[in-house]
Amino acid sequence: MRLRAEGLRCEGLGPIDLAVEAGDCLCLSGPSGAGKTRLLRMLADLDPHQGSCYLDGVASARIPPPQWRKQVALLPAESRWWGVSVADHFPTDCLLELSSIDLPDKAWQWHVDRLSSGERQRLALLRVLANQPKVLLLDEPTANLDTRNAERIEALIADYQCNHQAAVIWVSHDAAQIARVSQRQLRIEQGRLLTTSEAAA
Amino acid sequence: MTHLSAFDLAIAALLVILLAILSARVQRDLAVQILIAALRTTVQLLLVGLVLKTLFTHVHWGWVGLMATFMLLVAGREVTARQARGLTRGWGIAVGTLSMFLSSFAVTLFALIAIIGTDPWYAPQYAIPLLGMLLGNTMSGVAISMDRLTQQAYQQRAEIEARLMLGQSSREALRDYKRDAVRAGLIPIINAMAAAGVVSLPGMMTGQILAGAEPVEAVKYQILIMFLIAVGTGLGTLAAVGIASRRLFDERQRLRLDRLQSARS
Repeated sequence: MRLRAEGLRCEGLGPIDLAVEAGDCLCLSGPSGAGKTRLLRMLADLDPHQGSCYLDGVASARIPPPQWRKQVALLPAESRWWGVSVADHFPTDCLLELSSIDLPDKAWQWHVDRLSSGERQRLALLRVLANQPKVLLLDEPTANLDTRNAERIEALIADYQCNHQAAVIWVSHDAAQIARVSQRQLRIEQGRLLTTSEAAA
Repeated sequence: MTHLSAFDLAIAALLVILLAILSARVQRDLAVQILIAALRTTVQLLLVGLVLKTLFTHVHWGWVGLMATFMLLVAGREVTARQARGLTRGWGIAVGTLSMFLSSFAVTLFALIAIIGTDPWYAPQYAIPLLGMLLGNTMSGVAISMDRLTQQAYQQRAEIEARLMLGQSSREALRDYKRDAVRAGLIPIINAMAAAGVVSLPGMMTGQILAGAEPVEAVKYQILIMFLIAVGTGLGTLAAVGIASRRLFDERQRLRLDRLQSARS
């Protein structure tokens, strides 16, 4: 199992058990405030929690936090940029090509405040992929995008998932998208994880 | 030196009362505040004058140490008194007091033993005023830098966490904000050094000259004090920012804003 979580719990959320295989995509949905984002933050070890997470069978406690977060990478709904140029946000030894996200090479020098929301999100995904994560945690990655940009993001993620055998946990509200990208769906309601059949009942 | 009589001070006090009456027309509260502050200055300084007089006649390291500790604790409390988002559970006071202890005490001791060479080294005529000058200045440096650091960590939390998510260590993620906080803490003393003698005549030197000291001697002491204050403030600020930024993260390098107080109005 690529990513496994046992008894994850924080205030008002959990306990949650889940597991995702390499190359698989699990979709999470549920009303806002149910705890989807907080679950992803616990998996990326950004919030204090109880319970344990395992990456390829190794407990998170045995992996230094920066390494864990590079491997179990969280892409938040809204990306944040602290530097001036695009290149400031990538590792200096980054091997990725901007052409893979339909941007010209000179975009490395572009100022981040001039990026469109589509360009921003594609770059945010690219800077996550630059770390070659084994698990992708996606928090509504296409929520603020038009159809064309959303399709580009979906394609990029599918490529990466397939080529790197990455496990993906995808939070989405869009039923069509969920059907397109995922093999398995789960719902979170009031801090509890339900299988889709439970949710329908 | 021309002696100041109680009558001379009373004339100055009359001016303050006049100011209070004038400001009462604008705002009654302001007049009350001015009068209370003036009264505090009078009482506190007279008391400390008496304490120093006693201390100078009974030279003992124990008394000097007691006085120094008292000054340090008050300064530690003052540092946290005006923080918008201080550290919770006494950490603010602890960090402030510890960093001022490390800087002000160390620098004062060094100056007493290695530079001025007083006999005994704890001679209260030198030790207490020197420590007072250092604490007073270090205090603002430490307070400003801690305030800046915690405010920045709160306001830029999304950026800091974005960096963590990309695998930066907590140290890398906070580096820019730490630098900024140290800079903010050091600006006042850098300004003071740059403007000394041109824009402003530093208080201690002015006091010495008024009290009849040779100007060049007073200037030499002022230069020494300025250097000591700069070193003390620098060390104190670095220590405070260093310890406080460790407290902002936990053992798994998570940003822990729950360790900050909620904003004060």
